[in-house]
Amino acid sequence: METTKLPPSSPSSPTTSFSVPSAEKVDGFPRRSMRRARQRRSHSSSQFRYQSSQVELTPLPLLKDAPVAELHDLFCKKLQQCCVLFDFLDCVADLKGKEIKRAALNELVESVATSRGVLIEPLYPEAIKMISVNIFRTLPPSENPEFDPEEDEPTLEASWPHLQLVYEFFLRFLESPDFQPSMAKRYIDQKFVLQLLELFDSEDPREREYLKTILHRVYGKLLGLRAYIRKQINNIFLRFIYETEHFNGVAELLEILGSIINGFALPLKAEHKQFLVRVLIPLHTAKSLSIFHAQLAYCVVQFMEKDATVTEFIIRGLLKYWPKTCTQKEVMFLGEIEEILDVIEPSQFIRIQEPLFKQIAACISSPHFQVAERALYFWNNEYILSLIEENCQVILPLVFATLYRVSKEHWNQTIVSLIYNVLKTFMEMNSKLFDDLTASYKVEKQKELKRERERSELWRGLEEYEERRMQMLTEAARNQRNLQERSLASPRRQLFVQKLPPLPCKAAAPSF
Amino acid sequence: SSQQHQEAVHHCASSRCGEDSHGKLYKNDTETQLYSLKMYSIIHIFYNTIYDEDEVLLALAEQLGNFTMLVGGPEYVHCLLPPLESLATVEETVVRDKAVESLRKISQEHSPVDLEVHFEPLVKRLASGDWFTSRTSACGLFSVCYPRVSSTVKAEIRQHFRTLCSDDTPMVRRAAASKLGEFAKVLEPEYVKSDIISLFTALASDEQDSVRLLAVEACVSIATLLPQEDLETLVMPTLRQAAEDKSWRVRYMVADKFSELQKAVGSEITKNDLVPAFQNLLKDCEAEVRAAAANKVKEFCENLPEDNREQIIMTHILPCVKELVSDTNQHVKSALASVIMGLSTILGKDNTIEHLLPLFLAQLKDECPEVRLNIISNLDCVNEVIGIRQLSQSLLPAIVELAEDAKWRVRLAIIEYMPLLAGQLGVEFFDEKLNTLCMAWLIDHVYAIREAATCNLMKLVEKFGAEWAQNTIVPKVLGMANDPNYLHRMTTLFCINALSEACGQEITTKQMLPVVLKMSNDQVANVRFNVAKSLQKIGPVLDSNALQTEVKPVLEKLATDSDMDVKYFAQEAISGMFDFLLSTKLLNFNSLNFIFLLFFLCSFGPSITIPNQRLQDGICHGTLSNQTLKVIACLSQLHTFTSSAASSFVLCGKNTK
Repeated sequence: METTKLPPSSPSSPTTSFSVPSAEKVDGFPRRSMRRARQRRSHSSSQFRYQSSQVELTPLPLLKDAPVAELHDLFCKKLQQCCVLFDFLDCVADLKGKEIKRAALNELVESVATSRGVLIEPLYPEAIKMISVNIFRTLPPSENPEFDPEEDEPTLEASWPHLQLVYEFFLRFLESPDFQPSMAKRYIDQKFVLQLLELFDSEDPREREYLKTILHRVYGKLLGLRAYIRKQINNIFLRFIYETEHFNGVAELLEILGSIINGFALPLKAEHKQFLVRVLIPLHTAKSLSIFHAQLAYCVVQFMEKDATVTEFIIRGLLKYWPKTCTQKEVMFLGEIEEILDVIEPSQFIRIQEPLFKQIAACISSPHFQVAERALYFWNNEYILSLIEENCQVILPLVFATLYRVSKEHWNQTIVSLIYNVLKTFMEMNSKLFDDLTASYKVEKQKELKRERERSELWRGLEEYEERRMQMLTEAARNQRNLQERSLASPRRQLFVQKLPPLPCKAAAPSF
Repeated sequence: SSQQHQEAVHHCASSRCGEDSHGKLYKNDTETQLYSLKMYSIIHIFYNTIYDEDEVLLALAEQLGNFTMLVGGPEYVHCLLPPLESLATVEETVVRDKAVESLRKISQEHSPVDLEVHFEPLVKRLASGDWFTSRTSACGLFSVCYPRVSSTVKAEIRQHFRTLCSDDTPMVRRAAASKLGEFAKVLEPEYVKSDIISLFTALASDEQDSVRLLAVEACVSIATLLPQEDLETLVMPTLRQAAEDKSWRVRYMVADKFSELQKAVGSEITKNDLVPAFQNLLKDCEAEVRAAAANKVKEFCENLPEDNREQIIMTHILPCVKELVSDTNQHVKSALASVIMGLSTILGKDNTIEHLLPLFLAQLKDECPEVRLNIISNLDCVNEVIGIRQLSQSLLPAIVELAEDAKWRVRLAIIEYMPLLAGQLGVEFFDEKLNTLCMAWLIDHVYAIREAATCNLMKLVEKFGAEWAQNTIVPKVLGMANDPNYLHRMTTLFCINALSEACGQEITTKQMLPVVLKMSNDQVANVRFNVAKSLQKIGPVLDSNALQTEVKPVLEKLATDSDMDVKYFAQEAISGMFDFLLSTKLLNFNSLNFIFLLFFLCSFGPSITIPNQRLQDGICHGTLSNQTLKVIACLSQLHTFTSSAASSFVLCGKNTK
């Protein structure tokens, strides 16, 4: 066992009087790091319930050799052949069958991608059936219950060698010039899409990447499903935000939404605005924001570019959910605010500048230097700077006191020098206002000091008063007791009391 | 500021309650009405000013449930409904749930009329709200108002519930599914059959597995409501389907609720349906499901009908259990290990020896420490049936290996079972095989292990007695006092702290005390201040002579130590000992001893603070004799002893006379 090994440089050996069989493992309590390299997850659990009655696959003739008349029939047979599932956990099981299926899938992909006229109507149900059988499955429980997408290796899909080809086929199928949405919509229906969306929870990033492209194509080609897809994505997000806080495919779904939002017609429908306010903005509260923040910010900015009137909703929403303890998220929020300010209309800026700059001032005074730094970088952005300049009268008073104070107090030199630059910029912008504020700041400071002094004096006074009062009370109690004693004392007691010598303050120790 | 708001909300509730109890309010109706009106506006101010802080809303939602008396009693309770209604529609789940909880609470305070006039319309409004949040909240409110409304309203409520069960938002369907069982319980039997069953069947075959799994929970309540003869046709098809659901989450839920389901459907269906279903769950392809089922093995077997319980277990369950023992997943094995020992009481001695013992032994040799640990921690079940001796041969290597496991938590866990094992294995076996392990833990490199080992020794001494301790443990513990490693030396002190009481006065005074006193010269300050702590700790066990002649000088010396902490703990020990002496020994007065002790304590001089109150108590409760005088004289030595306290002593002394 590893721990029984003695580290080479153990300073002392045990000299206990009794023998311990494993005593050599106990030296001077070395600080041994118990941390071991996290085991890489190279295998994953099978996601298929293995069918015991396995069908033996026999290789079919190649598609390219088939006469035109039999081509469709052969294509169909290959599709059916590919409906057989294999156990990939057992990597040596049925190698022949796996190879036959792989070859067939490859051929199908090749054929649907290159040759024309293959996709005829009778093939649609067969193709969709093959896809459904292969990809739709209940995702297995995560092997690591505390899976952290940023830290941990994802569990990879074991059957990927086949699954990838099926996805590839699906994608080529959708992208084929022969693809007819009017025929496909009979087979790619709401139920199909719902199952497709559930797969976005897969831990395997390769699978999610395929799903993303596929869903995007489905959304683009099958118009009848659009509203349904949006609604179901809504449901997934709401569940993620308010119920489970766990869904692996948020970033991918947001990426699709980014392009969907881009295509919204103007004026924005109430449904879309509701989506922004009730889903996209609350998504910012998620613990795992860092994983999908880039995509989320992109969606938010897309909305603004579509319709500037939503700006106020967005900024106020972000301010409402502003992180209170997580500085990492705070930096992300600041980044998003900058992206927003980059495209904000000046008329909208005026509406939110007050609450926004109060928050920015709070960020500048953050003891975490990355937060303060990120906020101060706003002044390096020319467009933002021009907005600030236009509204200097409002903004400068909001941030001045913070800037002034932090410039004197912050522990980090970079922050201090950044603040000096900002103060300098302000001074150049409006020196009159700057001087006024400096003067009033000093007066304010004096007043505050005075208030502080008065407060501490008041407390001191109160304490003294309390002390006096307690003294008086004890005194009174003692007098009361003496009085009672005298009035109640019986003759015998009196005798006893009289017998007692007066209590000396410091008597010599009595001798026994 | 949200903190303040929260406090304000709490305060509002508590302070007004206080006034209530004095009966100052509500002299007449108009006053009450006026008051409830005021209260109502206060609530609204609260609600409107702070609508954006979820934390505050949560507090508000909770407190409003306790506001009935504050708004003028049950008559006016309906004025709490509007704010709670809007709280029940917010997005944040915790706030909404709390609002629903409060609504459920105050629904009970509505009169039947108010319930129909005010409460039921609210439920309807929520049930037909635009956004899913209000509909979700409505699901939790049907069952509280249903039993108390007229039959026409009842019909409406049933209709609303039906609609929500087929809502197009999965969130609402989930809420409805989770309340299905509760709602079924308040329905009249005929409607359970006509309404609930169809809803149950629909939810159990929902397209989302998160809805289907909640239907499994409802299944338990529904099955208990139906007569036995209907179960087969109305519930079982759905349950069978759930046990074979394609989603592992649903199957997991079935496994998790298996005992409840078993009780709900009765023994006949259990025999015919649940036994094969349980077998399948034990063989499920997902480890999660197998682990959940494995956890239920004992309960399931226990609840089987007694007439052919043994036969069912032996032919159907045990083969599956055997397979699980060598499962690939350690969670499954450890779930099984935590219950498998329970089977021995059900199967009796012969079956246990023949069939279960090999399994126990296999699990005792499992590569996963958790499995071994679970077996060892449940040894008492087997001990009752076949005696632990059968196992001891295999037990020992398992224990030894766990005792040296690389993970300290595993070592810690096995230590905790040592006293139990020692009791079951007997003192000879222990001395022979386990004693060395127990001592080795004392010098483990993890503090938690050393601490647990110390505690373990104490329990062992309590079990085997002081004489055993004197022969086996004490010499070894004391030997560590000379160890070059100061942590080992400190362990000696910790052991002495733990053992002194169990070992008794003689061993403590004669063997332990000299070692402790000697250690007061240790060059490491940590050891020295632990000496002070130990002296305080073992003081109660020592006699007063030892205290006076041996402990006192050492503590005095430590109180002048160059190290600040040593000084501090020495002084603590001095005054702590004083405290102790006064609180216990003095009350069983032996007056000479008492005076002696006081004198001893006085001799510490002004360096210690005397707890006056303790002294007073001690004297008041005691039976002072004519030595009072001497006592007083003695006490007067103490600097902190004030004259006022002294006079009360005198009085007390007189009274007791």
